[in-house]
Amino acid sequence: MDLITPELGLVFWTLITFLILLFLLRKFAWKPILGAVEEREGGIKDALASAEKAKLEMQNLHADNERILQEARAEREAMLKDARDMKNKIVSDAKEEAQAQASKMIEQAQTAIESEKKAAMAELKSHVAGLSLSIAEKVVREELSNKDKQLKLVEDMLGEATLN
Amino acid sequence: MNSYNVCTFAPNLKQGIFKPIRMRISTFKNIILSALFLTVFNIGFASETKEGGDDEKFDPKEMILHHVKDAYGMHLFDWNGHGVTIPLPVITYTDKGFTTFSSSEFHHDYNGEVIVEKNGQRFVNVHEKVYVLDEGATTVVYDAEHHPTNAHRPKFDMSITRNVFMMWVSVALLLYIFFMAARRYKKSENYVPSGIASFVEPLIVFVRDEIGKPMIGEHKYKRYMPYLLTIFFFIWINNIFGLIPFFNGANLSGNIAFTFTLATITFIITTFSGNKNYWKHIFWMPGVPVPMKIFLMPIEIIGMFVKPISLMIRLFANITAGHVIILALMSLIFVFKSYAIAPVSVAFSLFITVIEVIVTAIQAYIFTILSALYFGMATEEEHH
Repeated sequence: MDLITPELGLVFWTLITFLILLFLLRKFAWKPILGAVEEREGGIKDALASAEKAKLEMQNLHADNERILQEARAEREAMLKDARDMKNKIVSDAKEEAQAQASKMIEQAQTAIESEKKAAMAELKSHVAGLSLSIAEKVVREELSNKDKQLKLVEDMLGEATLN
Repeated sequence: MNSYNVCTFAPNLKQGIFKPIRMRISTFKNIILSALFLTVFNIGFASETKEGGDDEKFDPKEMILHHVKDAYGMHLFDWNGHGVTIPLPVITYTDKGFTTFSSSEFHHDYNGEVIVEKNGQRFVNVHEKVYVLDEGATTVVYDAEHHPTNAHRPKFDMSITRNVFMMWVSVALLLYIFFMAARRYKKSENYVPSGIASFVEPLIVFVRDEIGKPMIGEHKYKRYMPYLLTIFFFIWINNIFGLIPFFNGANLSGNIAFTFTLATITFIITTFSGNKNYWKHIFWMPGVPVPMKIFLMPIEIIGMFVKPISLMIRLFANITAGHVIILALMSLIFVFKSYAIAPVSVAFSLFITVIEVIVTAIQAYIFTILSALYFGMATEEEHH
């Protein structure tokens, strides 16, 4: 029966010992150990959070870079397009101007040719008139050197005139 | 006593998980014991006819109880027929004040034969209990139930018994281990555990994350952590010390005084941290009709006390049962006076010892988790 009867002496010593143990361990062991564990866990949590943040930042940075690159590419594209357009425009402008110049020159040439032609024609006409006059003079002189012939001519001419 | 059945004291509620395991252990014990008795019975018969007469009758019950109970000296081993014992102080308080003397003055006697005269009083040791002889008496006279009739217990017997001694050894070891561990953290940068700290940290974190946080709750567990950690390691190490044969199984955690004290502390903490909600659940259960409230009140009041009492009995019975089984198995060798039994006895008690090693941790865990559960119930907030 005294196996299940608490002995007062042992209760007394257990109580005192336990309370001292609790006090000592609480002050010198549990507080520093649990504190250290919690501190470390907090540290790990913080480190993970900051790593996550850094990752996010990296992603942002990456996106930024990507965006800038994209912009640069678009800009280059635009510049190239502009340049091409400019070139085309210059080329077509030049072509047009050349065309205009050319047609103008042709026109000038044509008018020049026309006037030259007119002048030449006039000269030719006057030459032909002189020549035919001199020929006619000669012929007339030849014809009129003989009386008969002169008469005959008058006759012919008169005949013709009456016919008309 | 049916020592191996006490393991099935069912702890209530959340640690129901352990019930199957412990049930299994106790069925194991049953099977093994019956197998053992069958084996031993045959061999025993064979040897008894050979050996014949014996001078001194071996009484296993007395031997087992002697080992399981407390004692004034720390008996280590016998050498050349003399017991080698660490003498411990016997401190008593009687009408004549405090009297202190060494337990060695009893000369290993616990049958009330050696009388120690101190401070004008005669002290005798009757079954490891100090008695003071009445005035004028010179020898102890017993009644039919072997209780001394002419001697009485001192008013207060605060002797440093072997249990107290082993308790202090365990305290010294605990302080050493955890102070060392705490120092490791102080020295290390980043609080990285090293050395002994890396051994105790998982245990401490286990008590915090598996016992404190789930049972009490994330917000309030911190207040109770020092107590939970201390009882967990205190019970565990004393359970282990009880299993070491050299210490003669100083059965501290299997002593009802020890478990009574710890259970009482748990009870006091529970009662003092009880909030309005807790007391309301005891005296005026919310959510049930009034006749039911009146009916439940006495049950809840009894329950308040049953909880720590179950803690006390569970630890005491489990640890004592383990000791009794191991000692009973060993006693078989002496009961049958045959070396042939020894291998069987040793094999089976080794087996039980290995189970007991697991039980040391399980019982410490159960005591701690139930204490935490009671604290959690006492501090639970209303949530209807």
